[in-house]
Amino acid sequence: MTDRPIIQVRNLVAGYGETVILHNISFDVYEGEIFVILGGSGCGKSTLLKHLIGLIPPISGEVIIDGHDISRCDEETFQEILKKIGVLYQSGALFGSMTLAENIALPIGEYTDLTPRSIAALVSMKLGLVHLDGFENHLPSEISGGMKKRAGLARAMALNPKVLFFDEPSAGLDPITSAELDNLIIHLNKSLNTTMVIVTHELSSIFAVSHRVIMLDKRVKGIIAEGDPKYLRDHSQNTFVRQFFNRTLEA
Amino acid sequence: MRTHKSLLPSAFKVARFEAGEMELRIQGRMDLAESAGMIKGARRLLEGNGIRTLTVDLGGVEYLDDYGLLVLLELREGMEAVKGGFYLKNPSENARNVLSIFDFDKVKRPVSLEKKRRPDVFTRVGEAALKNWDDLRYMISFLGSVCLAMVHVVRFPGTLRREETLLTMQKTGFDALPIVGLISMLLGMILAFMSSVQLKQFGADVYVASLVSLAMVRELGPVMTAIIVAGRTGSAFAAEIGTMKVSEEVDALFTMGMDPTRFLVVPKMIASAVMVPFLTLFADVFSILGGMLVGVFLLDLTPNSYIAETFRFLALRDIVWSFVKSTVFALLIAWIGCLRGFQVRGGAESVGQATTSAVVSSLFLIILSDSLFAVIRVYWG
Repeated sequence: MTDRPIIQVRNLVAGYGETVILHNISFDVYEGEIFVILGGSGCGKSTLLKHLIGLIPPISGEVIIDGHDISRCDEETFQEILKKIGVLYQSGALFGSMTLAENIALPIGEYTDLTPRSIAALVSMKLGLVHLDGFENHLPSEISGGMKKRAGLARAMALNPKVLFFDEPSAGLDPITSAELDNLIIHLNKSLNTTMVIVTHELSSIFAVSHRVIMLDKRVKGIIAEGDPKYLRDHSQNTFVRQFFNRTLEA
Repeated sequence: MRTHKSLLPSAFKVARFEAGEMELRIQGRMDLAESAGMIKGARRLLEGNGIRTLTVDLGGVEYLDDYGLLVLLELREGMEAVKGGFYLKNPSENARNVLSIFDFDKVKRPVSLEKKRRPDVFTRVGEAALKNWDDLRYMISFLGSVCLAMVHVVRFPGTLRREETLLTMQKTGFDALPIVGLISMLLGMILAFMSSVQLKQFGADVYVASLVSLAMVRELGPVMTAIIVAGRTGSAFAAEIGTMKVSEEVDALFTMGMDPTRFLVVPKMIASAVMVPFLTLFADVFSILGGMLVGVFLLDLTPNSYIAETFRFLALRDIVWSFVKSTVFALLIAWIGCLRGFQVRGGAESVGQATTSAVVSSLFLIILSDSLFAVIRVYWG
């Protein structure tokens, strides 16, 4: 983990059309850390994620990834930035008509000059990393939900991105599979030093994996807490924040 | 060494090569950007140099990831192919880390990203026959449930979803008026124009009117309208129900105790059966209008004579048959559209296939039933 911010959000006003979901938020994500964005339902976590990965342009403000403001840069620069990030969508978003190997091979074939032989070997290595070795020729419809997420993660990591974004990784997973995914996230972060930005509200995962969190709240349309989740759980001045982390309605 | 230095990537430095033993020093980054070039270089190095033992010195490697491992894999496999020795030395901490995460010692190249080979002709014919047989059984079963559902609505009219039916009627009927009107008008004009070329020679221009009206009302009106509806509505039904299948909405209906056929299919069938005959009537009127434009402006007929001639040979029977045919076509289109929707299994690709199939099957059924109608009409109507 370094002190260099790899993502900088400055005065971001995020929303859809006329509707503002987040008003004037700013925060940094440091290189190599596991950063979690959390909050209650409707707080704008998914909206924020979509703004961070360039799916929606900000109403105003800046989203700077690796030194470039993605809302203002030219198309070529934006494409280069996209190669440096990977996104794991909630259900994996694997292409149903392709095998797992073909799914992962897609970005590699598109953006490198490697031969099919080399790509095949690389795909196997990536699947091995997420403990799916042997499933190269399976279709997404032939594997379970947890496996789909892992395959989606392998694909998100295809080009060894600097930042990985996770949209509700624990959604729909049983506690054990969820814990396994948490361990995978920690392991990848330690060994590859990939920065990870995770949107979730799964408390056990939050405490297990995150280095730092920000909590969003729809009443203020912004950030109500930032820092180490365990510290916030025990010492936050904000009642709602303590309630959230202690999973209770009592202050 | 036979391979010239210039053919090797600049990162490769042959530190020593004597009596078949080579020490290769790799410098710099072994990552995504460098990988492809290094692999090519590795192959060149292995070719024809008679290397019996290869030691790769990783001391100068600034950065190694799985893309870089591909290079080492290439070298190792090359040496394994000639039963030579392969050793790594001086790995940095980063390199050791990567080698262990990916378990480099055990990495093997998979057989290939081989696509499933298509089976031979006989197997394919057999599979297709079985599939069509299952398809037919499902179709008959579905036809049965649709009939039961329709009967249920007739007996208990209150159970019909009125809003949904009205909305579908709007989408199937009113929204289609522009395209149906346009196409039938143009069709009427074309018919009038092309036939007039021949009829003019006999001074029989005026018969253009009855030609257009008879052709359109008896055949082309119902058929063309049905084809347009198949493309617009048949595909829409298949896509809507297909996507509902994919997102488990159909399952939700079932577990809530609501029959998906009654809930989804009946409104669509009724809406189509009511609106399509009116669309056909609309098409007939517009085609006659189109013919009249040609007749009045190109053939110097008067509007009155054109209209009189239009109705001279047109019998009430023709109009009734036109209605009957278009009702049957409408029911067939709605039925097959919904059927294909329910047959969707999987995801996006399946929905696409279902939509296409709904249109193609509709067209087939339209023409087939039209032929049957023609036969019935001649021998019985």
